[in-house]
Amino acid sequence: MEKTVEKTLVIQRYNPEHDQTPSQQSYQVPFDNSTSVLDALLYIQQSLDPSLAFRWSCRMAICGSCSVMVNGIPKLGCKTFLREYSGDLLLEPLAHFATEKDLVSDMTLFLQHLQAVKPYLIRQEQSAATTPASKPQPHKQTPKQLAKYRKFSSCINCGLCYAACPQFGLNPEFLGPAALTLAQRYNLDSRDQGKAERMPQLNGKNGVWGCTFVGFCSDVCPKHLDPAAAVNQGKVASATDFVIGLFKP
Amino acid sequence: MQILHTDIAIIGGGGAGLRAAIAAAQTDPNCKISLLSKVYPMRSHTVAAEGGAAAVTLGHDSLQAHFDDTVAGSDWLADQDVVDYFVSHAYDELVQLERWGCPWSRRDDGSVLVRRFGGMKTERTWFAADKTGFHILHTLFQTSLQFANIARLDEFFVLDLLVAEQQIAGVLAMQLSTGQLYQIQAKSVILATGGAGRVFHYNTNGGIVTGDGMALAYRHGVALRDMEFVQYHPTGLPGSGILITEASRGEGGILLNKDGYRYLQDYGLGPETPLGKPENKFMELGPRDKLSQAFWHEQQKGRTGNYGEHAVVYLDLRHLGSSYLNERLPFICELAKSYVNVDPAKALIPIRPAVHYTMGGILTDGQCQTSIAGLYAIGECASVGLHGANRLGSNSLTELLVFGKVAGVAAVAHAKQSKTLPVSALNGQSQQLQHQLQARFGAKQSESVASLRKAMTLAMEQGCGIYRTTEGMQQCLTTLQQLKQRYQQLQISDHSRIFNYELLQHYELGFGLDVAEAMCASALARQESRGAHQRLDQGMQSRNDTDYLQHSIAQLMPETAGAAGGSANISYQPVRITKSTPAARLYGDAANKQEPV
Repeated sequence: MEKTVEKTLVIQRYNPEHDQTPSQQSYQVPFDNSTSVLDALLYIQQSLDPSLAFRWSCRMAICGSCSVMVNGIPKLGCKTFLREYSGDLLLEPLAHFATEKDLVSDMTLFLQHLQAVKPYLIRQEQSAATTPASKPQPHKQTPKQLAKYRKFSSCINCGLCYAACPQFGLNPEFLGPAALTLAQRYNLDSRDQGKAERMPQLNGKNGVWGCTFVGFCSDVCPKHLDPAAAVNQGKVASATDFVIGLFKP
Repeated sequence: MQILHTDIAIIGGGGAGLRAAIAAAQTDPNCKISLLSKVYPMRSHTVAAEGGAAAVTLGHDSLQAHFDDTVAGSDWLADQDVVDYFVSHAYDELVQLERWGCPWSRRDDGSVLVRRFGGMKTERTWFAADKTGFHILHTLFQTSLQFANIARLDEFFVLDLLVAEQQIAGVLAMQLSTGQLYQIQAKSVILATGGAGRVFHYNTNGGIVTGDGMALAYRHGVALRDMEFVQYHPTGLPGSGILITEASRGEGGILLNKDGYRYLQDYGLGPETPLGKPENKFMELGPRDKLSQAFWHEQQKGRTGNYGEHAVVYLDLRHLGSSYLNERLPFICELAKSYVNVDPAKALIPIRPAVHYTMGGILTDGQCQTSIAGLYAIGECASVGLHGANRLGSNSLTELLVFGKVAGVAAVAHAKQSKTLPVSALNGQSQQLQHQLQARFGAKQSESVASLRKAMTLAMEQGCGIYRTTEGMQQCLTTLQQLKQRYQQLQISDHSRIFNYELLQHYELGFGLDVAEAMCASALARQESRGAHQRLDQGMQSRNDTDYLQHSIAQLMPETAGAAGGSANISYQPVRITKSTPAARLYGDAANKQEPV
């Protein structure tokens, strides 16, 4: 396929070593039906401007690296195509995160929030930190039990939902959609016994009640795993937890 | 330069690196483990593995059968003691992952489901839909978060190993977010950097799969073994090379040429199995090398179709129906829709072979130890001796776990008895690297990292593809040597410190050129056809056990080693054969006629 048609990409540039504020730079990129935003960025880096910084790897929407804002909407670069846009494209780093350089966002907070919800299987008899004495066997888990959390286990940690979340924009301490979804993923897993350990985080001021159910996180999720539903299921769990707490001696 | 001290430095945060880190942390909670990765661990390329992980599971299966399939699949170039260890530890490792929360697909009774896979006589591939690598990686990453003694150094890029007196002393690394150099002193170092598929133009690999660890070890005199064996996966999407899992065929998908004919029956894999009734080791469930070779022959015969500028054949999943496809192959449906605009329930997916996996790698013994004391290598960057001339699908995810654990435990033991390091020697090496790095900055030239890289990947595709000729490989080797010369002159035009991707890619290209040359030189030296290495030259078109039932060993000539200098010297090493003597490698009906051996 001949790539004769060109499109204009306006990219936010910022290098903290010498820029006070971000600026915009335009590039002309040839494209066809199959050209993704990531392909266009690679074209620019390889053929026009090797100093352009952005993250990427798998180019098949599973590693979660190439998140950017396209015309103000959080998108995965590899799964967004130039053909979908009639005019110019404006590319910016993810909203609500600090920008490290060009399209590279600082994901430190995101990783801290993931870690905060104890995203691993917790068993009362033993944790992974101790080596089990006898030879372990697999737990039983029926397809129905698997289906309860399977969707929520599909998060690729791309961070688009944080760029979409107005609450995270206002309060960076808010655990946010992906972390709360991950907590829910383990809470719903029939093999897990760690819900009680996760509830303080979920009930806390930066937990599920921070969510005002705007639902934009679910709209932008490239894996359609509906973080808004996970967070609001978490609210039900949190409320139940509170009511039970009232009656416990 | 910042200086850090640790007990174990693990380079690479994919499946192998994470499994090693957890094993080390469990073995000794007081051991300081530093996990360096040039990307956040969950971006590592393990994430893109789709089909599954093999382990003997069903009552009618046996360790002997998994052993036999793996050894035959390797065209008898696997070390059989290593295969033995692997098959007997595979199940425990998959159970361990289950105990850590991996969402394996299940039967109605709650037990783990297994699926068919190419070259495997019995169903023994565990899977999590068609995102097995993704789930394994995330399960390991999330599990690793509970260990206080694993310190992650995310987005740290290793530039060199620190070696003194044939003993590992640490690594030199750059923090990408600041450009700051780090001397990381470690008693044990584990390389878990993945493969080198990106030295080819069309591949299923992520952009990060550039052979870094292989080159790091190679430049310090460690041999690279069996580098000529590069796996072409038979089903990549045309152009992008995006992987369409072998599980598509395990679940019953079939391959058609442009005439709608199931061409595999013409290549020793038949007879044709009925639609919807896949049979192990027949037709579409043959091994990857044979299937990719069959594509090449179809192309020669003019029986392939076209997708844009690419020759293709077709994967037909229509008979599986949309609900089954959504349960077993949801990611494939998503990929086909996004990247070739096909709904697999309704239409054929155009596919063609693409480079997928590096069978060879850093030479280690069965305990993952390299020739440098305290330096280990695991996973795709290593050659522990499991895959030989052709890897069977679903053996590599299990390999990450089995040998990741071995290396993690061994690294702890080594760190405990390791003596203090000669720091003065390390400082000399660090300063030298700093000077070399400074000398690479310069003005923008007509030549760029991107242009040299493209020349390399196209040369490899031309010279070291599915079928190879002496002339083609010689041409490729000449091109690579010229590229290495030009690389020495290449300057980095971006002088910034923060996230300097031109600098990162400059280093990656240097690593890739060394690895590519080792591949091509090893291929040229092996004057036979075996597994994934097939030659068209007269007298070399079949396997030659008399002369080549041996591992190839590539070593960088020491006088000029370092930063893509020097050239590869090839020698050979015996294969460890314990119980399976080399026989004809047969699939389909031919194999049944052969049995019992």
